[in-house]
Amino acid sequence: MTFPATDADFLSRLDEIIAAHQGREGPLLPILHDIQAEWGHVPEEAQPVIAAALGLTRAEVYGVVSFYHDFHDRPQARHVLRLCRAEACQSMGADALADQVRAALGIDWHETTPDGRVTLEPVFCLGLCACAPSAQMGGRLLGRADLAKVQKLVAEAGMGAGA
Amino acid sequence: MRVWVPLDAAARALGADAVAEALGREFTVTRNGTRGMVWLEPLVEVERDGVRHGYGPVGPEDAASVAQAIRSGGDHPLALGPVEELPWMKAQTRLTFARVGVIDPLSVEEYQAHGGLEGLRRAIGMGSEPIVAEVVESGLRGRGGAGFPTGIKWKTVAAAAAAAERKYIVCNADEGDSGSFADRMLMEGDPLVLIEGMAIAGIAVGAVQGYVYIRSEYPDAIRLMEAAIGKARQAGILGQSVLGSAHAYDMEVRVGAGAYVCGEETSLLNSLEGKRGVVRAKPPIPALEGFLGRPTVVNNVISLASVPWILAHGGAEYAKLGIGRSKGTIPIQIAGNVRHGGLFEAAFGMSLRQIVEEIGGGTASGRPVKAAQVGGPLGSYIPHWNFDVPFGYEELATKEGLLGHAGITVFDDSADMLKLARFAMEFCAVESCGKCTPCRIGSVRGVETIDRIAQGDETGIPILTDLCNTMKWGSLCALGGFAPFPVMSALTHFPDDFRGRSEPRKEAAE
Repeated sequence: MTFPATDADFLSRLDEIIAAHQGREGPLLPILHDIQAEWGHVPEEAQPVIAAALGLTRAEVYGVVSFYHDFHDRPQARHVLRLCRAEACQSMGADALADQVRAALGIDWHETTPDGRVTLEPVFCLGLCACAPSAQMGGRLLGRADLAKVQKLVAEAGMGAGA
Repeated sequence: MRVWVPLDAAARALGADAVAEALGREFTVTRNGTRGMVWLEPLVEVERDGVRHGYGPVGPEDAASVAQAIRSGGDHPLALGPVEELPWMKAQTRLTFARVGVIDPLSVEEYQAHGGLEGLRRAIGMGSEPIVAEVVESGLRGRGGAGFPTGIKWKTVAAAAAAAERKYIVCNADEGDSGSFADRMLMEGDPLVLIEGMAIAGIAVGAVQGYVYIRSEYPDAIRLMEAAIGKARQAGILGQSVLGSAHAYDMEVRVGAGAYVCGEETSLLNSLEGKRGVVRAKPPIPALEGFLGRPTVVNNVISLASVPWILAHGGAEYAKLGIGRSKGTIPIQIAGNVRHGGLFEAAFGMSLRQIVEEIGGGTASGRPVKAAQVGGPLGSYIPHWNFDVPFGYEELATKEGLLGHAGITVFDDSADMLKLARFAMEFCAVESCGKCTPCRIGSVRGVETIDRIAQGDETGIPILTDLCNTMKWGSLCALGGFAPFPVMSALTHFPDDFRGRSEPRKEAAE
């Protein structure tokens, strides 16, 4: 996927998103969230357009995109599996679960399965600390997670229902 | 027949959606918040003769048999009897969480039927100064962790600058601390109480706009808060004329982007402005120069959600509860390796032992408790022999502990304290905003030094101690400043976990 600066569809959708937030106080994060929801990442080509619209420099926009864990400057896998690594989940064996999941998927943290379908990301707390360990994929949550439950989640995501 | 199945994220993570769908084919299902007994989730409730009876934990595989029991009124192995009579419920003083798990979170009607809007109505009749005085009298302190008196903060913002200048109410819902979920539970279970609290704050200080900054890891809370704001606008709670008064107040949700440090109020404000979430040096304090440089109240979810009760019943009534300078109730979150995990709201003053052993029922694994981390990733590990400490801001400080957001993460005797200390430093390194050197560099050096100790190089121990001291006193905010607390508490109380690491590690007896 590339986004040539001349792609009229891309630019018009981008303008729409920017226009929807421009009057707000502190519009940059809402704009970036919408862009990421639209294209799965914040395309580099979008950054100078945002900068010009908000009276910022490209560096300022890039600085914000790169600061936050949620924003990506390149496309992600369709499904992101997030395993909680925080203390409450550790107390219930999150480290061992993460080892098992990494072995089962054959990937490490931040990596994507060879078929490009699932990216594995750590997350620091989903607020499910009284039913640890926990995991999340799209809108689905897992409490008292174990390898079998996680594998089921991943398999169901693969059946094409979408994230 | 009316049936309740929680929509809380914890209940959903344990299968509540499938249960609700199955029961919905037969009954009128209301999705409520959670009662806080997470070990009983999904907790299905049914009303019989005006009393709500519970079944739990009802997994999707139990839905059919529970439906049968509900229909026939017959016995069921998961039947719990009247929910309000369960010991966990009876032992609580639920003020802030009074409606959570009880009502439909998006029903303004049910909200009012259970005492909602009484505080706001009274506040409108009182005006700015008496509202602030009431909150001061209540002794309410910041429930996000800092413990600063809420009323004093409001007083500063109320007195700040000319009336012409725009002021703001910013709710910090960036609940990133592991072991904490009170903000999430409240926003999912009773979002209107937070809206009411923020509207009261707006009237008290003369702010017409509010923002709830919710972390992106909480999509359910975001959705429910946004829906509740829509309902509140329709009901005239928000808008140009709050409940028909001369006061205008409106608010919106802003979504974080996965940065723990944005739970720190100044970096939250930068993030809200659309900047990198780096910490600002104080002064100036946000009360005087906050969002967009204007006077801003920044309060935690629970602080703001406690205000409607205080206004409805009076600050003096709230201050009757608690101990010392810790007034009122605190929603204690019992998490980690614990049998009965969940949220328990009580007056300050219970001992940590009562909370962990009696309320929490000891560990989930059945092994002895080793320690509890109180107050999130920047809180100390309190060893089990110090569990007699009463739960209060100053009381915990006597054990080098931090109340924080009142989350308690329990660990059994298999916990490796060196590994947990390393994690604290690693987490700090990942989440450091990078502005100050002690935090940015110190946390990386901390990981390296703990790795050396893990290899058996005990000369690293004094270096780690020295490094922690530098971070504690030299960091700009609580991230670098408090990361040493879990590290040093682990090292001080469990030195054996740090020594002799080159020897094969003695595993705790099976």
